[in-house]
Amino acid sequence: MPFIPHSAKDLDVMLDTIGIDSIDDLFDEIPTEIQAQGLDKVPTALPEMHLGKLMNQRASMDDGYVCFMGAGCYEHHIPAAVWDIAMRGEFLTAYTPYQAEASQGTLQLIYEFQSNIANLTGLYAANASLYDGASGVAEAILMAVRANRKAKSRRVLVAGSLHPRYRQVVRSIVESQHIEIVEVDYDHDHGVMDLAAFQAYEAEPFAGVVIQHPNFFGNMESVDQLTDWAHSKNALMIAVTNPLSLTLMKPISDWGEKGADIAVGEGQPLGIPMASGGPHYGFMACTQAIVRQMPGRIIGKTVDLDGNPGYTLTLQAREQHIRRAKATSNICTNQGLAVTASTVHMAIMGAEGLARVATACIKNTQKLVEAITKIAGVSVVFNGPRFHEAVVSIANVDVEAVIQGMTDRGIIPGFYLGEHYPELADALLVCATEMRTDDDIALYVETLKDVLNQSGGEEN
Amino acid sequence: MSDIPSELKYSKEHEWVRIDDDGHAIVGITDHAQELLGDMVYVELPEVGTNVAVEDETGVVESVKAASDVYAPVSGEIIEVNEDLVDEPENINSQPYEGGWLYKVELANESDVDELLTADEYADLIADE
Repeated sequence: MPFIPHSAKDLDVMLDTIGIDSIDDLFDEIPTEIQAQGLDKVPTALPEMHLGKLMNQRASMDDGYVCFMGAGCYEHHIPAAVWDIAMRGEFLTAYTPYQAEASQGTLQLIYEFQSNIANLTGLYAANASLYDGASGVAEAILMAVRANRKAKSRRVLVAGSLHPRYRQVVRSIVESQHIEIVEVDYDHDHGVMDLAAFQAYEAEPFAGVVIQHPNFFGNMESVDQLTDWAHSKNALMIAVTNPLSLTLMKPISDWGEKGADIAVGEGQPLGIPMASGGPHYGFMACTQAIVRQMPGRIIGKTVDLDGNPGYTLTLQAREQHIRRAKATSNICTNQGLAVTASTVHMAIMGAEGLARVATACIKNTQKLVEAITKIAGVSVVFNGPRFHEAVVSIANVDVEAVIQGMTDRGIIPGFYLGEHYPELADALLVCATEMRTDDDIALYVETLKDVLNQSGGEEN
Repeated sequence: MSDIPSELKYSKEHEWVRIDDDGHAIVGITDHAQELLGDMVYVELPEVGTNVAVEDETGVVESVKAASDVYAPVSGEIIEVNEDLVDEPENINSQPYEGGWLYKVELANESDVDELLTADEYADLIADE
């Protein structure tokens, strides 16, 4: 079947065959108040030549910086072979494998991806990916509310130490489905969730609890205690995590006595370039008890009539092409190409290689924190175990101006926290991955001193 | 030809209802429905204690080729569900009117049962499909 657009004549024949007058009639069942009445904020189409120039210009805005910002998107080394393999025509052009028997290569790759995610999280099954970490958390919340019928509640408690932009995306997606999101503030002294803060909301039932570990600040949450408490209240525990951290930490399935129920997160640290913020991909895994409520596609391994191994779409009855409006989600294979690269990346790096990367990140961030807190007025805000990010405050200056000053000098010094956390108006979130050398860290220190001296000079 | 026991009542959505000795309504899906759906692989049962009205969704039966909602043929409170189906959904295929029952309802309106189809009426319905 050639993949070419339909002519006006083709459309007329199709409309006539099914007995309707216009394509708009197909959308009659969608209430008019939620139909998009024209997309007036979307600019008109550009010719390819102009579009190419525009995108090159935008891409160049990201070039040439030494990056100490993480906050959900991390600069890691990606072996050259990863995208060389992922960009092969066989992978690059393959789309969602509706015709399973003709898509064995794609299916095998997704099966291996799922197996890797299941191994990292320790959970029973993983899906074929989600759009990104943020929408993945929203999907996990929808899933928890569907799966936890005992709770008889559409209320979900969300840690204030979850990525603030994830919380915004969650609200956008789930509140229109009448799910109540309760944001629980973090402990301002320690940068982690305190059990008592959650307990303040336990009088009313809730279907799930969401925590991030390592959390947005890079700190380690009391996952065992919080998971056991959530389960004691008949709620499901949703674990938002960085897959790289799982190479060193205990799996999600070992949180507390029973383990967390759903693990979800951003897959970008596993072989996906930062690329101006995307495309990235989300991953999700869950326990056997709730696997039928998992959104997205799941690939299974089976045997054919002759006993040869083969791969197939499984549990499809949850999906939209069968369940229509009652499907668990509208998502499918999602970020197939990113997942392809990520699977190759994991295979090339190996479990040991990824664990060494994680260790190097922890050490580099520690070095960075030690170096910059020697500068007068610069201090680390939260003490305690952390992964590869840290919150650092700078006293008596406009931190946003300092960030701009350093950026002008070629260094992205971190993520400004005041925008989302007013109590951290003088703080930024810093990260030094394995890519940052001792020279990079020394340059950070010198540049920061320089910018601080200048801003101090201006004030005087 | 499907099995349509004469002593049961039927809904247009292919559920059957049997009134037991305690006056409770036992609900399942018909032999005809299980034949159409094929081999059952999963059943989502309602929660005990839920109050349902006629035509409310009360779970899902999923076969290898489709998933289909189950609608309440009568109003009342769900007082028992067939937990055996969690591990043996195939009972719906092998014995739709016995081991394949889905749930039991404490009737809110006994007259709901009178509104349902008789075996003959249900036989006519599926003959017309």
